[in-house]
Amino acid sequence: MPPQDPDDRVSALLAHADDNLVLAQRLGEWIASAPELEIDIALGNIALDHLGVARALYTHAGDLQGEGRGEDDLALGREERDYLNLLLVEQPNGDFARTMVRQLFFDAYQTPLWEDLSASDAPVLAGIAAKAAKETAYHLQYSSSWVIRLGDGTEESHRRAQDAVGALWRFTSELTEDDRASYRDEWERLVGAVLGEAKLEVPEDPYQRTGGRHGYHTEHLGYLLAEMQWMQRSYPEMKW
Amino acid sequence: MTTPEEKFQALIDAEEKVEPPDWMPEGYRKNLIRQIAQHAHSEIIGMQPEGNWISRAPTLHRKAILMAKVQDEAGHGLYLYSAAETLGVKRDEMQELLHQGKHKYSSIFNYPTLSWADMGAIGWLVDGAAITNQVMLTRCSYGPYARAMVRICKEESFHQRQGYEILIRLCQGTSEQKEMAQDALDRWWWPSLMMFGPHDSESTHTEQSMEWKIKRVSNDDLRQQFVDMTVPQAEYLGLEIPDPELRWNPERGHYDFGEIDWEEFWRVVKGNGPMNRERLEHKVRAWEEGTWVREAAAAHAAKKAARAA
Ligand SMILES: [Fe+2]
Ligand SMILES: [Fe+2]
Repeated sequence: MPPQDPDDRVSALLAHADDNLVLAQRLGEWIASAPELEIDIALGNIALDHLGVARALYTHAGDLQGEGRGEDDLALGREERDYLNLLLVEQPNGDFARTMVRQLFFDAYQTPLWEDLSASDAPVLAGIAAKAAKETAYHLQYSSSWVIRLGDGTEESHRRAQDAVGALWRFTSELTEDDRASYRDEWERLVGAVLGEAKLEVPEDPYQRTGGRHGYHTEHLGYLLAEMQWMQRSYPEMKW
Repeated sequence: MTTPEEKFQALIDAEEKVEPPDWMPEGYRKNLIRQIAQHAHSEIIGMQPEGNWISRAPTLHRKAILMAKVQDEAGHGLYLYSAAETLGVKRDEMQELLHQGKHKYSSIFNYPTLSWADMGAIGWLVDGAAITNQVMLTRCSYGPYARAMVRICKEESFHQRQGYEILIRLCQGTSEQKEMAQDALDRWWWPSLMMFGPHDSESTHTEQSMEWKIKRVSNDDLRQQFVDMTVPQAEYLGLEIPDPELRWNPERGHYDFGEIDWEEFWRVVKGNGPMNRERLEHKVRAWEEGTWVREAAAAHAAKKAARAA
């Protein structure tokens, strides 16, 4: 790999951080609303993992930037158009099937991602990735097992899981486009195995929506950021 | 030969723990189920007012702490439901009674969280009051409950420190932040004192519970302990406790404080607090919307078992 421009390295870190923060924010919305207590706890744990990864990446990005910006400046002070997360993670929770299918698609992407980045010659990033890889293995196991249960559960759960796959499929190409193309085979293998066991089908419509990595988002992100950034924007320059 | 009654009483007298297989009077069992279930429900309903601020926490650090705290409360709920299950009642039955309004939970959670400072006030006062109550319960005569309390108390004191720390930050911050903290204290102070329940003279369960050593300290004594502990902490923050009658009484060696608005107390207990309806509706909605998920899990497990057979 050619040595990266420092700005590119920072934007790459921010992009991954944004993915994890936005997903953590979404998962946090489930807390106190899950179908049962054990699920509540599990979703909270997964949210905390993503939040932890996001924080580490923002801090590292801020250090590389060298302009004195900390995790909160980067997470809570950037505009919607500057957010670089994948469109998948900003999609609303919907029902539990929607949340689990979203999680499966994302976990199957983060599995090869962290494996790759943990071999990076940038030691801080490699460290963050190695820790995240372990967490992702658990997330993938959790989301896979639920997608299988729902897909191969009752008629209703199958219908809901199939709807979720149908609705979210159009955000999956983006996961492995551009410099992430090498993750495609692994992603397809992981997702394919789960959908097969879950008796779920991939939609025929080939349309794919992309743009998150360039700040071209769906309309959902603005509201998520408005809520998340509200305190920092209402009370600027204060310590909490 | 000793009768089961005598054996039970001997355990209580000797300060030993009653364990699930031991014989116990029906009243003791019922009283414990009621109390432990109510405690478990409180942990679970208590997730809502704090969960309300997860999405808006002012920093990522605070967001992580708050998320973890709300998780802890879910864990406490699980624990306590398991402790109650040792008395022969199922978690689903207890939840059902909660949903029907037949089981209560702590009234404190029927107040709304209106600013970030409320996350501080809840940790400091509500977890603080809970600890005061629960430290006593670590000496409760029923083994599984006492042991659950030991573990829970550790986490609650963590929560209390985190809450107090939020307020320290606010009180050292701008005037706007300090006002936010004072406003939270103004709203949470009296409901926190109400957490200890009615006066001893009015409390229906206290006497019997004390005899059975389920409860070890009376409501009024616990409330006094809490006030004595909390007033200096408020002074350190530079916040004013909203009670004109509050003053140190050197003769008693305690703080004197004003009378709780008992009308409000009973109104909230009976279901007409600011958020009673919302809290229960939220809980029931989440449960009902999750029905298809629980059914799917059961159906899948059955299919798997059938395939394995
Ligand atoms: Fe708790
Ligand atoms: Fe707590």
